[in-house]
Amino acid sequence: MHIPVVVIGAGHAGLAVSRELTEQSIDHVVLERGEVANTWRTERWDALRLLTPNWQTRLPGLVYDGDDPDGFMTMSEVIDFIDRYATLIDAPVETGTTVQSLRKPGAGYEVVTDRGTWTSDAVVIATGAFNKPKLPALAGDLPAEITSIAPDKYRGPDDLSEGGVLVVGASATGSQIADELLRSGRDVTLCVGEHVRMPRVYRGKDVQWWFDRTGLADESYQDVDDIVRARHVPSPQLIGTANRRDLDLNALVADGARLVGRLSAVNGSRVHFAGSLPNVCKLADLKLGRLLDTFDEWAATSDETLESPHRYRPTEVDDRAALQLDLETDGIKTVFWATGFRPDYSWLDIPILDRKGEMIHDGGVVTQSPGLYRIGLPFLRRRKSTFIHGAGDDARDLVDHLAAHLARRTTARTA
Amino acid sequence: MTTTASPVSNGVNVQALLDARTALSDAPAGAQFTWKAATTWQNGTHSQSTVDSYFGLGEEQRHRSTFTFDADHPEVFAAEDNGATPVEYVLVGLASCLTAGVAAVAQNREIQLRSVKATIEGDMDILGILGADPDVRNGFNGIRVNYEIDADATPAEIEAVVAQSQKRSAVFDAITNPTNVIVDVNAG
Repeated sequence: MHIPVVVIGAGHAGLAVSRELTEQSIDHVVLERGEVANTWRTERWDALRLLTPNWQTRLPGLVYDGDDPDGFMTMSEVIDFIDRYATLIDAPVETGTTVQSLRKPGAGYEVVTDRGTWTSDAVVIATGAFNKPKLPALAGDLPAEITSIAPDKYRGPDDLSEGGVLVVGASATGSQIADELLRSGRDVTLCVGEHVRMPRVYRGKDVQWWFDRTGLADESYQDVDDIVRARHVPSPQLIGTANRRDLDLNALVADGARLVGRLSAVNGSRVHFAGSLPNVCKLADLKLGRLLDTFDEWAATSDETLESPHRYRPTEVDDRAALQLDLETDGIKTVFWATGFRPDYSWLDIPILDRKGEMIHDGGVVTQSPGLYRIGLPFLRRRKSTFIHGAGDDARDLVDHLAAHLARRTTARTA
Repeated sequence: MTTTASPVSNGVNVQALLDARTALSDAPAGAQFTWKAATTWQNGTHSQSTVDSYFGLGEEQRHRSTFTFDADHPEVFAAEDNGATPVEYVLVGLASCLTAGVAAVAQNREIQLRSVKATIEGDMDILGILGADPDVRNGFNGIRVNYEIDADATPAEIEAVVAQSQKRSAVFDAITNPTNVIVDVNAG
């Protein structure tokens, strides 16, 4: 069947696109392999909460209206919110429809699914940025008796065998998992590479409030010095809890974590860590200082009532942190790979990926393939692009571009 | 007459480096380099090494001249001290790599350097190399670098330059991470 636009994925980004298409009276379908908000439902751990406060959790036409604006949504609340949105905007979602191939036989597109084939003039890919765990090659070198687990298969501490855990990666996922495991009584060793340190609350305001109000969240991908780097900045060490506590390395160490450097080699049950732990902590401390300087400079020119500025204790690093340990003699039974995610493009049959397997696009416009769009990647068009509240502005921009593309095609056909 | 501040110059052509980054990202095969040295035993623990060529940008490249390095051990090792010890070359390699990085990063951040001095120390328990204690490693058990930097920047900006230099340093990486080493022998 033919339809002007196919949107692939009914998460928050795909639905925001659907809403903008409906606003512009553009006929479309949203194909969803599972149910609405599928990844949130099936591939995230139980205790996960959003990193953004409730007041910020908004999509075009729907804002948070509950009684806890400063709280952080649980996974079931996120699913409810997105479900509610799909109903509110009356999105034309085909659930249980898995895309098996996206092709471009001519000027238009062909979307092959397990429930039939759609042809369209334009396609918006909204399949998420965090589909598959990105494991380093050395993950394959672990001894068979060690359990190797990634976040998509983890639900909670009870899923792991008894014993200590080596958590590889100290960004949002790694630091949250380390925190949860420590609180469940596990011994945790945390491998720390480059990371982003951030306080939950600064001068009485949530850090996301600062990004929002200072304009940093809206900063355009065209205005940053190095967009490649900006798109690969690790997620910040943040957690959403009722008491809005910090989750930096000092807090994890105070709770019993042992810090080691980046995992650099696996040799039988012996694992080796880089000697760069002091420097990656120094980099993160300095970067935090610069961020707070930016906030304070903005605050000096605003009329907001804020608490006094202050600075955080430098990350305390043991100059003699372990460079290697033996998993067996150390009682470590599980290695948890919090080493990032990548999108899954296994169904994509149009050559628009670079040598690293990442999509080549200009702010979500896939210029090599007119009529094809991508939404929901880190810093796609703005710093906030990867967040739920970032989807609205990106969807509006991309649907405007898409509408112009459709108009050109119509003109070309009727000319 | 109007005057403008003189542009920052640390003698690093940052634009050329940035251009190379763009060019090699598009043609990654050219980014595959092989560094080389040749070493000849002289006498005792004295050896002489030369460096004159390397492979990169898809072809064999030559330095402007051949560089020669004598390595030996000091008299307390009952040697003749004809040159720096090999582990001192490692320290030289790290300090010069980090210092090159400081200049390049400072240039990129438009920070004028006036002076940069590094001292570097590596601690070693020589019971390891003497084979006297199997629990002692041969290599350094710790390396300390101290920078004295005079530049047109705040202390935090200077610290950030040094931290970034470590992040991008080949020798820092080579020392802080394991590397597979394969040694072949042609005997006879």
